[in-house]
Amino acid sequence: MEIELRRIEKHFGPVHANRDISVTFHEGRIVGILGENGAGKSTLMKILSGFQPADSGEILIDGRTIDYTGPTAAIANGIGMLQQDPLDVGAFTVLENFIYGGGDGITLQRKQAEAALRELTARFGFELDPYQPIDNLLIAERQQLEIIRLLALGVKTLILDEPTTGISAEQKLILFQALRRLAHDEGMIILLVSHKLEDVIDLCDEVMVLRAGLLIGDMQMPSADENLTSAVIADVKQALVTMMFGEELEAQSRGEIEMGSPVLEVEQLVVHDLRLDMQPISMTARAGEVIGLAGLGGSGQELFMRACARLQRVTGGALRFNGGNALSLSYRQLFHRGCIFGAAGRLEEGLIAGLTLTEHTALVADDNLRIDWKDMQKRTISRIDQYRVKGRATDQIEQLSGGNQQRVLMGLLPDNPKLLILEQPTRGLDVDSARWIWTQLLERCQQGTAIIFNSSDLEELVTYSDRIFVFYVGSVYEVPDANDTSIDELGFLIGGEFARA
Amino acid sequence: MNNPRALAINIIFLLIPIVISLIFAALLVGAVGRDPLEVVDALWKGAFKDSRKLGGVVNFWIPLTLVSIGLVVTFRAGLWNIGVEGQMMMGAIFASWGAQFIPLGENLAPLLQLLLIAIAALGGMFWGFVVGVLKIRLGVNEIFGGVALNALVNVISIYLISGPWQPRIGGSAQGTEPFPKAALLPEFSNTFPVNIFMIALVFAAFAIVLLMLNGTRWGLNLKAVGVNMRSALLLGVAIERTSMSAFLACGALAGIAGSYRVLFTFDNLRPLASGGIGFLGLLVVLLLSIRLLWVPLITFAFAAILTGSTRLQIAPSLKLDSSLAGVLQGTLVLAVILFQGVHEVFFPNTLSEEDAES
Repeated sequence: MEIELRRIEKHFGPVHANRDISVTFHEGRIVGILGENGAGKSTLMKILSGFQPADSGEILIDGRTIDYTGPTAAIANGIGMLQQDPLDVGAFTVLENFIYGGGDGITLQRKQAEAALRELTARFGFELDPYQPIDNLLIAERQQLEIIRLLALGVKTLILDEPTTGISAEQKLILFQALRRLAHDEGMIILLVSHKLEDVIDLCDEVMVLRAGLLIGDMQMPSADENLTSAVIADVKQALVTMMFGEELEAQSRGEIEMGSPVLEVEQLVVHDLRLDMQPISMTARAGEVIGLAGLGGSGQELFMRACARLQRVTGGALRFNGGNALSLSYRQLFHRGCIFGAAGRLEEGLIAGLTLTEHTALVADDNLRIDWKDMQKRTISRIDQYRVKGRATDQIEQLSGGNQQRVLMGLLPDNPKLLILEQPTRGLDVDSARWIWTQLLERCQQGTAIIFNSSDLEELVTYSDRIFVFYVGSVYEVPDANDTSIDELGFLIGGEFARA
Repeated sequence: MNNPRALAINIIFLLIPIVISLIFAALLVGAVGRDPLEVVDALWKGAFKDSRKLGGVVNFWIPLTLVSIGLVVTFRAGLWNIGVEGQMMMGAIFASWGAQFIPLGENLAPLLQLLLIAIAALGGMFWGFVVGVLKIRLGVNEIFGGVALNALVNVISIYLISGPWQPRIGGSAQGTEPFPKAALLPEFSNTFPVNIFMIALVFAAFAIVLLMLNGTRWGLNLKAVGVNMRSALLLGVAIERTSMSAFLACGALAGIAGSYRVLFTFDNLRPLASGGIGFLGLLVVLLLSIRLLWVPLITFAFAAILTGSTRLQIAPSLKLDSSLAGVLQGTLVLAVILFQGVHEVFFPNTLSEEDAES
């Protein structure tokens, strides 16, 4: 199979997301698709997989023009996409999801499907229990299920969007092995969209780079047979970053910050949850300190952070904020004392779709009953300037890109918060935007703000944390010397292999 | 609206449903062998033939507009305050209590009436508060809570009428004894029987709510909570207090509307004194969502059609049931909602901000 994209164009309102993109993907290759946020990667992949139509241009498979109407038609033509959040139905079992969306006929061929499911999982070294409900699965397992579901539907080209987010080192090894086998042994085309350059260098045969909707160029990756020294990897990485941003980015590191007095003291805190058996947790965050929480999605770190902000029920232990009992306070009371919680889903929790940037400014501005809209507009414009937001004061927040929404959210924070509890502060952001966010955050630490954050990006945790805590099925393990820990070590820790680290 | 094309499309989508519902009503009238033009004539005469008729329209318009303004507030906060009917009724009950037992005589009548209106507002707020507590503290959806409280307040009113407040002679479930004259709101004149103070109060409420929604933190908080409660919480909005304030505001306005029913439209407390006006207000808000500016006009049109429809039965050549007016209104609301959907699907770029949100 060979896929050719010819002169693909796509506009979203004033945004030119894809400009005249022509590219050919060959059989048996793993191709990385790189570019900063808003470069047009996801748009191009959605066009290829039928989730969005192109404004103009052609898609050819083996020289034949095809014209499809949606994802189902794309799958029928052999192209399937694995979304960042796998599209599955929570209440269904693994087997039901496997059957769902495939095959014709009214009756469900359960037995046959189960046999096919077991055969495919065994072939790729996946471990999936057909009768587990999806809700009990980790992200990595849901991915595995989605991959074999697409394979069973006869897909010959597999598109993966950020597949290594939120999975452990070991799960990543299994995934990469399976993908290599599909491409190199079975002749499939694998397209990988990722911000993680190490993964791209490790897995891909070649990469193509998009910038501002244009295809900037491509580059062959060193093959796994070659001696991949860290120096070689660093060189390739630098070359890729230069292609993506048109400039070289300097490595960012955490400067020395003097720690102050304790801001948040957690003592034997028991967080209430029906599904996870949460063990008592103790930790102290001091002024100026950055505490990173590692762990696979759903290991308890999210619950713990919400409990610290009084957004999740607590059944035992003590929580002190600035020396006072925080368990007697509501989130709103903590908020006004300088403890701010930032959720991962920006538009679900944090910003309000339908409100303009100015309205957001007014919402957090002060407590005067009357709103001086002119003043708010002025303030918003100055924030837009200060935080380099691409957007206007009168834009509704959902019209901005993810990176710009995050910048707005940063701009809405009070000037000197005592504690920031941040869920995945750079989720979905490109390297440049992520660095910018951290520059802002570290500046606040200099002024005495403590930060507790979690991330599925292990490099981010290692780079910015003073201390790292690893969550694993409700238990917590403090990494002894966070400055000395490596990404590899952390990768094993989040998979529960404390002995190996 | 920033361009003429969008404006034109918006106007077209406003006119289409009106035309369609009129055509539908005309066909319906034609099907039973009557002349549609004669129906229009009857409706017009029934509403506007003389100042007494117009007074009837205004008397319906006053409580309807009050509850509709209140419902815009709860709607803005993302709440379906179906309990508005009960809040009206509770206002009527509170006012009735005051009318019977507050010992202020004829010479202090204006003071008494003001006091009764205030008490009624408190009654409506109380019933709105209960819906709010059920919703906010106990997680009972405001629609279920509202329906239950509507039923409950009706039981309470019937108990009062046939129990402690029943007339000394010939007590039945028909109503309480007429209230003392000092408690009843005065008519402007014999030929234009409306209460001027209440009309002023409606416009005052309209202006205050309009200003509050657009120019104050309260209005912005309502909007934020209505669109996304989780985000509003994380941005430091007191979401519970905000939702509660919407229920209280709507309850107060509904309570005042209820007082108008018992202190002017009637002269005593009767079962179902609220007369379905709260539900009609929901229909108005369904039609307009949060476009408060249109409320007084649309409520006037509704009031005129409903008042005029009583003539459909009397007019010798028609002898139609007055429920035709209800059919017309129902068709109109359905057509508007339907074409709003069509508008959103086919011309999404021409939507104004309010359309996009609703």
